[in-house]
Amino acid sequence: MQKVFARPATLLDKSFHFCSGCHHGIVHRLLCEMLDRFNLQEKAIGVPGVGCGVFLYDYIAVDVCEAPHGRAAAVATGIKRVMPEHFVFTYQGDGDLGAIGIAEVIHAANRGEKITVIFVNNAVYGMTGGQMAPTTLLGQRTTTSPAGRDWRNDGYPLRITEMLAPLDGVAFAARVSLHTPGHVKKARKALQRAFETQIEGRGFSFIELVSACPTNWYLTPQRAVEHIERQMLAVFPLGLYKDTAAAVAPVKEEAAHVLL
Amino acid sequence: MRDRRMMRGSIALAEGAVTAGCRYYFGYPITPQNEISERLAVRLPEVGGVFIQAESEIASINMVLGAAAAGARCMTSSSGPGISLMQEGLSFLAGSELPALVVNIMRIGPGLGGLAACQGDYWQATRGGGHGDYRLIVLAPNSVQEMHDLTIKAFQLADQYRNPAMILADAILGQMMEPVSLAPPEVEIPAKPWALTGAKGRSPQLIKSLYLADGDMEKHNWRMYEKYQRLQEAEVLVEQDLEEHMDLILVSFGSCSRMVNSAVNLARARGLKVGHIRPITLYPFPGGIIREISRRVGKVLTVEMNTGQMWDDVRLSVHPGCQCRLLARPGGGIPAPRQILSEIENFIKVGDIFAKSVR
Repeated sequence: MQKVFARPATLLDKSFHFCSGCHHGIVHRLLCEMLDRFNLQEKAIGVPGVGCGVFLYDYIAVDVCEAPHGRAAAVATGIKRVMPEHFVFTYQGDGDLGAIGIAEVIHAANRGEKITVIFVNNAVYGMTGGQMAPTTLLGQRTTTSPAGRDWRNDGYPLRITEMLAPLDGVAFAARVSLHTPGHVKKARKALQRAFETQIEGRGFSFIELVSACPTNWYLTPQRAVEHIERQMLAVFPLGLYKDTAAAVAPVKEEAAHVLL
Repeated sequence: MRDRRMMRGSIALAEGAVTAGCRYYFGYPITPQNEISERLAVRLPEVGGVFIQAESEIASINMVLGAAAAGARCMTSSSGPGISLMQEGLSFLAGSELPALVVNIMRIGPGLGGLAACQGDYWQATRGGGHGDYRLIVLAPNSVQEMHDLTIKAFQLADQYRNPAMILADAILGQMMEPVSLAPPEVEIPAKPWALTGAKGRSPQLIKSLYLADGDMEKHNWRMYEKYQRLQEAEVLVEQDLEEHMDLILVSFGSCSRMVNSAVNLARARGLKVGHIRPITLYPFPGGIIREISRRVGKVLTVEMNTGQMWDDVRLSVHPGCQCRLLARPGGGIPAPRQILSEIENFIKVGDIFAKSVR
């Protein structure tokens, strides 16, 4: 009998600590599929930011360096500059990358650092217990926006991929989602392109994964994926925002979703 | 034969880093240390290294963290406000037991302060500076020659103890020119089997400072403490200018010790019996040596360019009953040799009725 589905070799045989309906587990699996696909187990260095993804090293069988909150892109820069032939990726959430680490990621992108940044956007601080993030939707209730995010006090959801894609150092930028099997397949394809971008040495590669955090959205896992479809994607349009290999330049957000 | 030439302190330090095999520098502009960055921006590409001007000192120290994790000799340099921004990263370097060099060419603080020479960062440097229970290895040069030699020494100690090291100097040492003998480039960088070089032929490795399980952090803290004890036992560096019978000893470090050296000469010319202890390692601090000497002298005068920071360590070290006095000049003030001399004369005559003397 032919084996058609198996756990990737780089994904350790352990139960995730993530909550029910959390998408981090899917991202971990897709990441490991790519590490396997490009045979990177012996030359990949992962840099998780601080957040629910910090325990990356408990699940993935590659070398890992912890970074201070928000600083993963700077730490990855240091590693990649010492070992340009190695594959270096960061794994960061919206608080880590979009708030405290926004300067580090913008400048790593602008320098065209040949690293891959995996950005998990679930619109909330998960690990610290559900505080408002830079990507929290208007009206979304969090522990620090108890009446819902109000632009008059809290500003607006930050669209990171749109910010980074126009920078000259960025070779690949895409936003994907994980809320249906079809979208997971598209996410896998985009992640593959992001990996190829680094392997080919073309510049900075960035992938944003719109993800669910049912626990801190106060929703069931099923309601959470519906929330992504109905609410999140209206604010965070999916699409390929830039791919220098395919000569895709940054486009207006209305058109972006048709490209992927 | 050592190559001997006239050189500025910052340049001698940068050349020391290159000699030590440092090939990675990450930094952000700030006065009065820019000469270090500017020199390395030229030198590192010449020797196959990498120079990056980062977007902030926060990014600089974290690039250092990454390069150190990959096993490279790497460094950053800054001053006052920039060093403050690096404290989070320094705490992570210490907690992750990563070796690296941070140079602090001190300026006046707090706040934006001023650009002149000052020693106000002694506490920050010797107490760790960031959050948590850790120490930096802190070396305090007092000449252009030592700016060069101690930089090489700092890289060696950092690697040997897997701990970040700091050169604590100031604008006087960074800017002044003196003859210097350059060290021969005989670099020996120890093997770093813990470095993240890809899981080839071994299990995946992890560099981290997070230990959430019960009791793990306490073990980690005690293990680090034992490392600091080994530093105390093996790595204290001190310059001693002593006489057989002394009525008073002075303690000073860095550029300030140059003024104290002059004052000691003036005092001896007047027949006063004085000695001088200059800690070269501020951490580990030469407390044992100060205790031993103060036991037979009885009067200790600390001279510093701050309001009295090393004085804490001197008072913790001296023999019980020893009289301690401080001559302090913060905020860019420089204790002139004649001012120190009158302090010496006064202290020998009167004792420590006024423990602190300012101006």
